[in-house]
Amino acid sequence: MAHWRIPRMDCRHIMAEPILRIENISKRYGKKDVLKGASLDVNKGDLKILIGPSGAGKSTLLQCINFLVKPDEGRVWLEGREVHYAHKRDLYAYRQKVGMIFQDFNLFDHLNALENVRIGMVQVKGMPKAEAGERAVMELERVGLKDHMQKYPAQLSGGQKQRVSIARALAMDPKVMLLDEPTSALDPELIGEVHAVIRDLGNNGMTMIMATHQIGFASSLASEIVFMEDGRILERGTPDKIFNDAQNARTREFCSKITELYGER
Amino acid sequence: MEEWLYIQNEVYPALLKGFWVSLQLIIPSALCGLAIGIMIGVLRIYGNRPVMAAANGFVVVFRGIPLVVQLFIWYFGLPYIGIYLNPFVAAVLGFSLCSGAYHSEYIRGALLSIKRGQMLAAQSLGFSKVRMIFSIILPQALRRALPGCGNEIIYLIKYSSLAYMITCIELTGQGKILASNSFKYTEVFLMIGACYLVMTSVASIILNRVEDRLRLPGFEHHRI
Repeated sequence: MAHWRIPRMDCRHIMAEPILRIENISKRYGKKDVLKGASLDVNKGDLKILIGPSGAGKSTLLQCINFLVKPDEGRVWLEGREVHYAHKRDLYAYRQKVGMIFQDFNLFDHLNALENVRIGMVQVKGMPKAEAGERAVMELERVGLKDHMQKYPAQLSGGQKQRVSIARALAMDPKVMLLDEPTSALDPELIGEVHAVIRDLGNNGMTMIMATHQIGFASSLASEIVFMEDGRILERGTPDKIFNDAQNARTREFCSKITELYGER
Repeated sequence: MEEWLYIQNEVYPALLKGFWVSLQLIIPSALCGLAIGIMIGVLRIYGNRPVMAAANGFVVVFRGIPLVVQLFIWYFGLPYIGIYLNPFVAAVLGFSLCSGAYHSEYIRGALLSIKRGQMLAAQSLGFSKVRMIFSIILPQALRRALPGCGNEIIYLIKYSSLAYMITCIELTGQGKILASNSFKYTEVFLMIGACYLVMTSVASIILNRVEDRLRLPGFEHHRI
C-alpha cells in the first residue's frame, strides 16, 4: 500500500509547487526605490504579463529575477530550490535555466546567427561544437531563420534579430523565459513575426514572464496580467478581470489609456 | 666607383646584419607587447580594485618614464641587484613593457566601447566573467583596438633604434659605427632611414591585411 502512495504524494507536491517563486524583491538605486517588495509565483506553463507605466519597475524586476541586477532584498526559488546567487557556480547554473530576451536583442555582434545560438551551448554547457551546431540549426529553423544562419546581426532586421535571440535562449533548454519588452524596439510590421514565435512557445508549454505594452497580444495569451506601478505589484488577475473589471482605479486608468494607444484587443 | 665599393663591401653587409638584429628585436617585442597590453587592458577594466590599481600603476610607470631611461635601468641598473641581462634581452624586455603600456590604453578604450547589452546577454546565458571576456568582449574589442595597436607597432619599429644605446647593435647601431668610421653620415643615415621606411611600410600593409581579414559586417569602418 505504502509503496504507491508515496510517489503519488510526491507527484502532487510537485504539481502544486510553482516552478519559479519570487519573494519580496526590493531594489534601490541611491535614494530611489525602484522595487518595493515584489512577489510572484509562476506555475509551469504560465504566461505572466507585466504591464505598467515606464519606471514602474517591470524591467528591473525581470533583471532581478536572473540577477543581472542584484536585488537588495528578496529570495528566488526555481523548482523548489532557493537560488544562492552569491555563489557563482549556483548563479551560473541558474541563469542557464532562465532564458532572457532583451528589448534591444543584444545579439553578439561578432558572431553570425548560427554562432550566436551555438556559443552558449559550447562555452557554458561544454557541448561539442558539432552537436551544438546541429541543435542551433534546429532552433533557428524553429524560429524560421534557417536560411539566414550565416548572417551577422548587422545584416538582420530587428524582427530577425529578436528571433535569433529567442533561438539562442531556447538552445539552453530554459525552464523559464523572461521577456523584457521583446517587441518595443521593432517596426510595427515586424512585431507580428516575433509574436508568432512567442505564441508558439506558449502553446508548447513554455513558462514565461513578459513585460510588454502590446496588450492585445498579451490578453489573448496571458494566464495572468500583473499590473505594476511605482515598484509595487498593484493588482493581478486574468486578462478579462484586469481589462474589464479591475479593482484598482490606477489599473483601470492605465488599461483604458493603453487600450486606446495599442488598439483593439 | 669608390663609393660603390664602399657600399658593397662595408655598408651593405653591416646594414644587413643590423637589419636582421632589428627584426629579431621588433617581432618578439611586438608580440609580447600586444600580449601584455591585452592583459593589462583587461585587468584595468575587469580586475578587482587592487588588481586594477596595480595595472594602472604599471601604465603610469612604463608610459611615464622615457624609454631610454627604462633601457638603462634594465641593462645598467639591474646588475646592482645581481641580475645580469644581455643587451638583446634587456632591449626586448624594455620594448615589450613600454609597448604593452601603450597597447593597454588602446585596448582599454575598445573594451569601454563594447555595449553593456553584450555583457548582459552573455551573463544571462550563464557565462562566467572570464569566459565572457575571452569569447564575447575581447573578440569585439580587439577589432576596434586594431588601428590603434597597429599604430603602436609602427612606433615600436622606430623606437627599436634605441637598442644600440645599451650596446645591442641593430640597424641604427651599425649605421653609427659605419658613419663614425667613414664620416659619411649623410649617406649612411639616409640609407638607414630608407630601411626603416621599408619596415614600417611593410608592417602597415600587413596590419591593413589583418584588419581586412578580421573585418565583419557591423565592424567595418565607414568612409564618408
